[in-house]
Amino acid sequence: MKAFERIKALAVAMMQDNIDTDIIIPSREMKQVSKKGLSDGLFAGRRYIDSNSRELNPDFILNKRQYGDAKILIAGENFGCGSSREHAVWALKEYGIDAIIAASFSPIFYKNCINNGLLPIIVAGEIASYFACLTEDSEGSAFEINLLDQLIVDPKGEHYRFEIDEHDKKALLLGLDPIDQTLQMQKDIISFEDQRKSKHPWAFI
Amino acid sequence: MAQTLFEKLWQSHVVRDFGSGSALVYIDRIFLHERTGSVALKSLEETGRSVRNPEQVFGTMDHIIDTLPDRSDVTLMPSGTSFITAMRNGCKWAGIKLFDINDADQGIAHVISPEKAIVLPGLTLVCPDSHTCSQGAFGALVWGIGSSEAEHALATSCLRVSKPKTMRVTLEGSVLLGTSAKDIILHLIANIGAAGGRGYAIEFCGDAIGAMDMEARMTLCNMAVELSAFTAIIAPDEKTIAYLKGREYAPKDTAWTHATTYWASLVSDAEAMFDAEITLDVSSIGEMVSWGTSPEHSCSVEGIVPFSDSFTDVSKKTSYEKARTYMDVKQGQRLKEIQIDSAFIGSCTNGRLADLRAAATILKGHKIAPHVKAICVPGSMQVKADAEAEGLDKIFIAAGVEWRLPGCSMCFYAGGESFGKKVRVISTTNRNFENRQGPGTRTHIASPATVAASAIMGRVASVRDLKK
Repeated sequence: MKAFERIKALAVAMMQDNIDTDIIIPSREMKQVSKKGLSDGLFAGRRYIDSNSRELNPDFILNKRQYGDAKILIAGENFGCGSSREHAVWALKEYGIDAIIAASFSPIFYKNCINNGLLPIIVAGEIASYFACLTEDSEGSAFEINLLDQLIVDPKGEHYRFEIDEHDKKALLLGLDPIDQTLQMQKDIISFEDQRKSKHPWAFI
Repeated sequence: MAQTLFEKLWQSHVVRDFGSGSALVYIDRIFLHERTGSVALKSLEETGRSVRNPEQVFGTMDHIIDTLPDRSDVTLMPSGTSFITAMRNGCKWAGIKLFDINDADQGIAHVISPEKAIVLPGLTLVCPDSHTCSQGAFGALVWGIGSSEAEHALATSCLRVSKPKTMRVTLEGSVLLGTSAKDIILHLIANIGAAGGRGYAIEFCGDAIGAMDMEARMTLCNMAVELSAFTAIIAPDEKTIAYLKGREYAPKDTAWTHATTYWASLVSDAEAMFDAEITLDVSSIGEMVSWGTSPEHSCSVEGIVPFSDSFTDVSKKTSYEKARTYMDVKQGQRLKEIQIDSAFIGSCTNGRLADLRAAATILKGHKIAPHVKAICVPGSMQVKADAEAEGLDKIFIAAGVEWRLPGCSMCFYAGGESFGKKVRVISTTNRNFENRQGPGTRTHIASPATVAASAIMGRVASVRDLKK
């Protein structure tokens, strides 16, 4: 997994609660048994007037020129709710989104972000709404995100500290592979399994 | 110290405690399906890893396969075959038991796992599917994960998990005739919101739970994810044990005795403290129907689409306006004035025998409205066989409802079959999201009985409307 570095980038806001993973990537856009080739289907139901012809919907925010280079997405409550499909994160990441700032996330989506080097940041609802207003400034709206110091610097230069689990932070900063990390605890796993087999043999097939 | 049921399940699976509420948790069972499981198995093989305990892992075909008669690996979804083939090859490569397309025990993961007693009280089970929480009805710690975590669990039999907080939802009172577990969970979601359970493992308890059969309990737990909860659980009781006994993967003989003795300890202690408590009087809950594009956009079948000024929060109001436009409903409109074009009965929420019985009871002796297209998809081959043995298929067909082969079917649009653009569906499924059942399709979610009554009336209807 690629390590998360400090970013300074434009942000785009989609201030609606409960943006679900069906909106992020509709089922029909998951065409191959692969983690790749998904960005074209990102927000397909909204991004295209017709998802077959791929005619762009000029009213959809990601299709507006000033947000073309956005790497930060700002959202409301419960972002990524619904289906567990990790394709939603793969599609966002492939499209170029490196961080999402939202009032809250669904737990499965949040974990999927961490596992793919996409930084999910939780801020108070009012802050998310304020940031969303800042993105509307035609002068540009570059936000800076510093994961090491857990800081967001808004386009006006104001600093905001955010919280993140220490382990998640480390995994993102170092680009650690979670499976390799668990495999290093093989001894613990074997010893736990042996105990469980003797105490609860019925639990094993 | 007094412990909650969640705490007991958690403690008994901690391999290593990392402090600050995070731990390496042992996973007893893994379930995979062809859409997300195929990706996990393929990636595992490509990275040179293997499945640690293949005998504890099960796979099924449910998401992409067709539900039409004479189905094969070639699906209505253009690239469906590649998922089916990858799943089959992946299971073969890893030595995983697969319930394949036309096997006698194929079905939706969360329907067949309990049917075969793959899920048991006291176990942990994960599946790369958000509705895995359905199986919490058996007193197991189960939760939905992504494909990367599925790879992780397959390779290591463990997952690193941040411990959720606990919420107890006590259901008091007696359930009214005509009200089902689906109505109760929709009522709860409408009341506390689609993020109302975020961060929590919810335990459902109370007299109303004791009175519910296992299938109703699964419906209740199924939609915990629509509250954004980590999972839901229900303590095992005599009904749980009676349901599981003798099923294919249930412990046998002395192992059964050993297991059931242990399961008796799987209750929250009387003094146990929860981080949050909610009490619901179920005797005041009637049939519920959704009007918008989130399960929280639900109200009584007798109710109206809310007025715009009832939302003060900006993003809630935005969601409301978007939902109203997408669904083409007017503020203040009575739900019962909404005409429907289609009806769907099935899914991991309401595709079990009790659900089909509930719908058939309403449909018996009736015909669905002439303009309505209705489909019933049993949750598994076993459900289908049981339903046919009772003659339920004949009731559905006589009423004008298509009788299909098991699968997730049109609960979502995998790319093959949908009801169509701007078509209004009343559905026993769990999600009324935009485009969920197909591009532009408008979904109202409700219980099997309410869906059946609505199909007959050709509009959103209560079962009580039929008696008039």
